[in-house]
Amino acid sequence: MMRTFLIALALLFGSAAFAKDAAPLAEDEAVEQRLNVIAEELRCLVCQNESLAGSRADLAQDLRREVRKLIKEGKTDAEVKDFMVSRYGDFVLYRPPMKPTTWLLWVGPFVLLIIGVIALIVYLRRRGRVVAQTGTDHLSAEQQQRAAALLSEEDKK
Amino acid sequence: MMKFLLPLAAFLVLVAFLAVGLNRDPREVPSPLVGKPAPAFDVPQLAAPDKRFAAKDMQGKVWLLNVWASWCVSCRQEHPLLVELGKTGIVPIVGLDYKDQRADGLGWLRQHGDPYVLSAFDGDGRVGIDYGVYGVPETYVIDKAGTIRYKQIGPVTPEALEQKILPLVKELNK
Repeated sequence: MMRTFLIALALLFGSAAFAKDAAPLAEDEAVEQRLNVIAEELRCLVCQNESLAGSRADLAQDLRREVRKLIKEGKTDAEVKDFMVSRYGDFVLYRPPMKPTTWLLWVGPFVLLIIGVIALIVYLRRRGRVVAQTGTDHLSAEQQQRAAALLSEEDKK
Repeated sequence: MMKFLLPLAAFLVLVAFLAVGLNRDPREVPSPLVGKPAPAFDVPQLAAPDKRFAAKDMQGKVWLLNVWASWCVSCRQEHPLLVELGKTGIVPIVGLDYKDQRADGLGWLRQHGDPYVLSAFDGDGRVGIDYGVYGVPETYVIDKAGTIRYKQIGPVTPEALEQKILPLVKELNK
């Protein structure tokens, strides 16, 4: 009886000790989740091709600590981003805002696309006109003769 | 003729864009703080932990805030220049010992010279975050009203000092 009791006790405390070891890394799951979502959208200033969520730089750790604090204070995502932008500029945002200085950035690719489409249409129209004028085939009679000669020469070989 | 000119023009435009892009330093992010009031802070001094330093203590003066640390390699590069500038007394330089150990910071100043009127101690880097510091050393020129007028990212070079910082200080002191 005593033995069973002792074993039970050992098991109980054993598991208690174990549970303490495996305590979750983050104190607050919800805060940590929001932190990750926000930090994915922010650039780490030190290693510029990494997000704040992925970077192990010292500054990134400090900034995550600040963002965590802001979240706990009940700040909205937009307020947290404003905190970062007011210190480091729009550069920290992976998605830059629409404003006069970034218009070229946002619409530039579409402008190039439109220019390309216009150039293509102009080219196709011009070509269509040439084909319509000279018939389906736009080689001159002389050029056709030469082509035929070259082809028959090829056949002889 | 047009057949060659148009692609050539497009090519030259592309080259111009790339040339400009390649010659810009991507590490130099323009600070949104220039033209804004210097963020307030109140932290212990490096040499005297019981005394404090606040940004508003410098109100009415044109001053430099130089962010440095004993672990910062490029701080050594600019330091002789700052020591020299400190001797001239043209402009007071306040140091901000950023994310450092007190003893290390003090030892570093003993070894390399101390150009600062005083150094504030920012052990956890909280002040640095408010000033948008991301690469030490950084130097701010702050005017009499407490507005940031210029930010030097990275070491202060003789060129930056001669061409930007000193003329600006002179103008602000008028």
